[in-house]
Amino acid sequence: MGDDANITDEDVRHVAELARVDVSDDEVERFTSQFADVLEYYEQLSDVPTVDEDDNLHNIMRPDEARECLSQDEATQNATTDEDGFFEGPSVADE
Amino acid sequence: MTDLNTFITDESIAPTDDGPLSGSSVAVKDNISTEGVRTTCGSAMLADYVPPYDATVVKRLRAAGATIAGKTNMDEFGMGTTTETSAFGPTKNPVDTDYVPGGSSGGSAAAVAAGEVDYALGSDTGGSVRCPAAFCGVVGLKPTYGLVSRYGLIAYANSLEQIGPIAPTAKAAGELLDVIAGVDEHDQTTRPAAADASYADAGDDPTMDLEIGVPTELLDGADEQVVDQFWATINALEDAGASYHEVSMPSIEKAVAAYYVIAMSEASSNLARFDGVRYGPDTDSNGNWNDVFSDVREDGFGEEVKRRILLGTYATSAGYHDKYYAKAQDARAWVRREFDRALDDADVLASPTMPVLPFELGEGIDDPMKMYLADANTTPVNLADVPAVSVPAGTAEGLPVGLQLVGPSYSEELLLSAAAGVENTLD
Repeated sequence: MGDDANITDEDVRHVAELARVDVSDDEVERFTSQFADVLEYYEQLSDVPTVDEDDNLHNIMRPDEARECLSQDEATQNATTDEDGFFEGPSVADE
Repeated sequence: MTDLNTFITDESIAPTDDGPLSGSSVAVKDNISTEGVRTTCGSAMLADYVPPYDATVVKRLRAAGATIAGKTNMDEFGMGTTTETSAFGPTKNPVDTDYVPGGSSGGSAAAVAAGEVDYALGSDTGGSVRCPAAFCGVVGLKPTYGLVSRYGLIAYANSLEQIGPIAPTAKAAGELLDVIAGVDEHDQTTRPAAADASYADAGDDPTMDLEIGVPTELLDGADEQVVDQFWATINALEDAGASYHEVSMPSIEKAVAAYYVIAMSEASSNLARFDGVRYGPDTDSNGNWNDVFSDVREDGFGEEVKRRILLGTYATSAGYHDKYYAKAQDARAWVRREFDRALDDADVLASPTMPVLPFELGEGIDDPMKMYLADANTTPVNLADVPAVSVPAGTAEGLPVGLQLVGPSYSEELLLSAAAGVENTLD
């Protein structure tokens, strides 16, 4: 991919595939032109100065502590589950 | 009153105890989780989603005696400035029903402005509490990042957003903020603020003892009637004892671009979870994971959401990350620094909340860039992580104009006191 903001409908389809979102031909056409406008608007970021920021960050990581949480039923209540209460997903195999 | 379409789910949730909000009703934006009550984010993707838990802010409201009146309409997943991207139809502005109420918390602001509820909660990622508050003529406050827990807020851009109060007055906004603010162990981005802060008291203690900084870049490009009404308001505040000076903050010109790059990038990550497996609509697709996910996400997401997911994916993809995402973070650091400096010389900064008057329904929805540019005055505040309040400041052409006041981190008491001062002065 190049350095210019010339986005093509191939780029839009590629990104849609990365994001796992189907797009219709109409949408691809519309998005290609809208994205070109937006990316052109983003070009002005290229002359933003680099700022040296003081990182006032504290590492708060700690070992896991098991506690009471949602039951399996509660956590799966919006989904289809199998007889063991596991989430059912689509087929893994490639067609 | 014609049906404004303020609520997606009109279902009452009882309080769990008595407290300062006993007897009052609070509308909750539909991206905030309510146990047992549908929470849709204004999206077909979550049209049937029922959370198994309450967001921390909901828990606190109920423990304070509030009745939750229902779940309010919003732009889908918070992505919008007019509440027109909702999968459940737009909300109308109670001041004039041909106009939008603003967004993305349009339902919440309209419900308060129409007197349907005493208070409301919204969320603000790039202006989504302040914009509808300004367009509907009510008070809306975006807290300092980290003051209010985001546990249970369905994420759009989690480094930018805060839940905030929308209410008829500064004092009422303070009453709501008192209940929801404070550290939460479920949200490790919350930080302890002044533990003794009393926001209701601040909202009841008007002040005009203020040195006000006016960032000139937030007036450039704003509609003439909005700018006129802004200066009329500033002059009235000056007569009442405040003083002001102008300040230039060139980083502000990069704020909309930086905001959208960061927000879209975070959105593409945060919305990756919507794949139809744990929640979401069914699909007819018989293919593998990728086929099914792509089909569900095509079905469940509206056009604006898709746009932002794709642009966010693009901006963070190999070859583009440095050009867009890294530069946006540099812009964010620059904006933060300029706000700090400007607030060294002022108690608060002031600007019109929105650079435009409310749009007519249907006016902007086909032009994404036009909508994005309407966020010019609100997005810099989210980038800087500081708090801001929008308070009604008269009308132009019969439509509400909001005054935005911005303060340093954790200065919500000052902001509410100043907002109350504005209310008194303009009364």
